[in-house]
Amino acid sequence: MANDKKRIYAWEFPVRFTHWINVACILALSFTGFYIGNPFIYAVSAKEYIMGWIRFIHFVAAYAFLLSMIIRIYWAFVGNKYACYRELLPFSSQKLAELVNALKFYAFISKKPPYKIGHHALAAFTYLIVYLLIIFEIVSGFAMYSVNHSGAIWVILGGWLTGAMSMPMIRLYHHLVMYVILAFALMHVYLAWYSDSREKNGLLMSIFSGYKFSTGNEPDI
Amino acid sequence: MKFSSDDALYEAAESMEALGNNGLSRRDFMKFCSAMAALLALPASFVPKIAEALSGKKPYLVWLAFQDCAGDTEAFLRATNPTAANIVLDVLAVEYHETIMAAAGKQAEKSLMDVVKNHKGEYFVVVEGSIPMKDDGIYCCIGGKSSVDIAREVCGNALATIAVGTCAAYGGIPAALPNPTGAVSVKEAVPNATVINLPGCPVNAENITACIVHYLTFGALPNVDKFGRPYFAYGKRIHDNCERRAHFDAGQFVRQWGDEGHRQGWCLYEMGCKGPESFHNCPTIKYNEGTSWPVQAGHGCIGCSEPNFWDTMSPFYKRLPNVPGFGIESTADKIGAGLAAATAAGILVHGIGRAVSSKKEEEK
Repeated sequence: MANDKKRIYAWEFPVRFTHWINVACILALSFTGFYIGNPFIYAVSAKEYIMGWIRFIHFVAAYAFLLSMIIRIYWAFVGNKYACYRELLPFSSQKLAELVNALKFYAFISKKPPYKIGHHALAAFTYLIVYLLIIFEIVSGFAMYSVNHSGAIWVILGGWLTGAMSMPMIRLYHHLVMYVILAFALMHVYLAWYSDSREKNGLLMSIFSGYKFSTGNEPDI
Repeated sequence: MKFSSDDALYEAAESMEALGNNGLSRRDFMKFCSAMAALLALPASFVPKIAEALSGKKPYLVWLAFQDCAGDTEAFLRATNPTAANIVLDVLAVEYHETIMAAAGKQAEKSLMDVVKNHKGEYFVVVEGSIPMKDDGIYCCIGGKSSVDIAREVCGNALATIAVGTCAAYGGIPAALPNPTGAVSVKEAVPNATVINLPGCPVNAENITACIVHYLTFGALPNVDKFGRPYFAYGKRIHDNCERRAHFDAGQFVRQWGDEGHRQGWCLYEMGCKGPESFHNCPTIKYNEGTSWPVQAGHGCIGCSEPNFWDTMSPFYKRLPNVPGFGIESTADKIGAGLAAATAAGILVHGIGRAVSSKKEEEK
């Protein structure tokens, strides 16, 4: 049975690399960001530098996240067809049908898994939204960073947002979107495992190796 | 070089003999000039220039009070370094100030109009309080004229308008939601006037003096940020100059009013201090002759010098604002926890659904 399946190189190195950088960044940024918003560790002596280090880690991870996003967006234009930005847009009748089918499959209405080597339309559209949320986090983060850093670069990266939103509102949405991204991450891992168990196409391991296995049903080999 | 500037300094001081007769010693005057140079972040070599500028012709000044609590007048009259108050009163010809002027009624209004007519384009206006625009501005009238009409006439013909306090600068508390009187700032009411904003609740009188001194010395108003505030006073973030900053970086926070940390003077960040998003020189200039300022007194900053602070900075004792569209008790973290629980529940339900459906399949 396993021999019937064709091995396909779906996720190129930059895709996998940025994926894992993003995982590390989301974990680090969420933890440190949560501490910055609500400092739950208390220093016992004035010689400690807890908030200092936490903020340092937050800012370094923020730069890593920004660069990872830049690499991924670049790769969406030069990478293979599974990494292409066109994958993310569900605006065709075929993709909309695929999206509806995927919803039905996850809701146990349909038994037909959304077979795809790349992302199926629902997953791809979700990633588009997540990318937009991440871009909001980056912009709002740099908006807060820009208030005490002078220079045009900070205005370009996020300072412009302070003209449209008040600082406490930027803080609030930066904080709320963190929860949305964490909820996505939880769902993402669960559904990846679920799809893998149904489609038996090596989906879960593909983000390590880059290879997926065709079952012969995929339209996008 | 140093010599010549010192000479100029003494010369200027000499020319202040007249002032000296009014109860201001030369020493006090030079101290004041040095303090102003320091506040404007100028090198010591500018002290003689300031002294010279202040010895010149007396500029006229009128002080208008609209929708406010007269807190800026209070700050101006008593909080400041007494020398500065003397200087302002001696160096400037204050022609109109409702609270402190001897004249009353028509007589008082006449002196205001005299300045506007006889010194068009060469007098300063200080405005405190917001200007109501709703229903033709009837919510604030003085001598039968609405404040918007007065502001248009007086500020429109002035050399420069200094909007003191947050109400005059941005509408302040009268403009807070739901803004029943349609209160606006001076710049919004008189868009063609030259306005410099000195927000704060109240304004720091040292900053008013410094603005005028800057104008007299350089013939121009100081550079301003995007909110119309001079950089010398509003260029630095409170959080970055705060005396409690070290406690922030260390991770030492006040968790409750009156707890051990509060008594030790730790950081008020968790008590909702808005220092990280507010720009003002409170930590360095302080209030009441440099005696204290809110954070030193143990209360967090409420961001009173930021536009719309009453709406955007509240709740003052919480880190994050309330989430719009939810009950006022909902905080972001509660929503986040709810979202996490909903996600976990969704996964659980989905897992059960999956187990059930696969069992059915097996049965088939």
